Amino acid sequence: MHTITLLFILLSAVTVATAFLTIFSKNPIHSAIYLVICFFSVGGHYLLMNSQFLFIVHIIVYAGAIMILFLFTIMLMNLNKEDEVHKPRLQRWSAVLFFFLLCAVMMLIFFQSKPIVGDYDDLGTDYQSIKVLGKVLLDSENGFMVPFEFASVLLLVAMIGAVLLSKKEKSS
Amino acid sequence: MGNVLNQIGIENYIFLAVILFCIGVFGVLYRRNAIIVFMSIEIMLNAVNLLFVAFSTYHQDAQGQIFVFFSMAVAAAEVAVGLAIVVSIFRNLGSIDIDNLKNLKG
Repeated sequence: MHTITLLFILLSAVTVATAFLTIFSKNPIHSAIYLVICFFSVGGHYLLMNSQFLFIVHIIVYAGAIMILFLFTIMLMNLNKEDEVHKPRLQRWSAVLFFFLLCAVMMLIFFQSKPIVGDYDDLGTDYQSIKVLGKVLLDSENGFMVPFEFASVLLLVAMIGAVLLSKKEKSS
Repeated sequence: MGNVLNQIGIENYIFLAVILFCIGVFGVLYRRNAIIVFMSIEIMLNAVNLLFVAFSTYHQDAQGQIFVFFSMAVAAAEVAVGLAIVVSIFRNLGSIDIDNLKNLKG
């Protein structure tokens, strides 16, 4: 009964703490490692909500692909030294103030809102296994086939763009 | 485990996502290192994805999770292009301090 609540509190604490540590740690490599832990705990939230396939995809894409890209970039630029200059004090304190204000405003908005669909009621239907997800994604009538194809075009364009941008220019 | 929202409640997921999103905004405003700024953007995207999945569970509808897949594809593309831009900035300026990028006078 209480294990799920306990798991949620634990995962949330890890998520928020590592997100803060990502921002506050001086060394970019430490930031990247804290970000990996943050992604894993968000994946734990997905698993808590019983979306197994999304959990696997999240781990593969974020912890596998994106973080490797980050780490390689950091190591390529040889940035693992701690000589970053801080922003001016006024800007930092205004960032902190903005953080609290934004949190307060968004939470108050959600406090004031009333749900229109009523209370949550578990129907017991299967809606997040791979089978159902595939059917919803690639249904021929009201599926998401066209956005799916556009996603492939987007990835191709991003790949070409990244290669072109990071290629060394020939000095003429 | 199917009735996780019965015990936790959608409000707590909303608060977690709000806090994560605000941490991302805070990171963008607080740091000068362009790579940390990118990581903060990833944290923001993750907060939105978490909220999508929470509401997909709340409505017991798979379409929210489909949207998360698309947002992951966009995030992957964004990171690839963004890091290429960061590398070329580093090559031209010798640092990735975003406060040094004042050539456009923005």
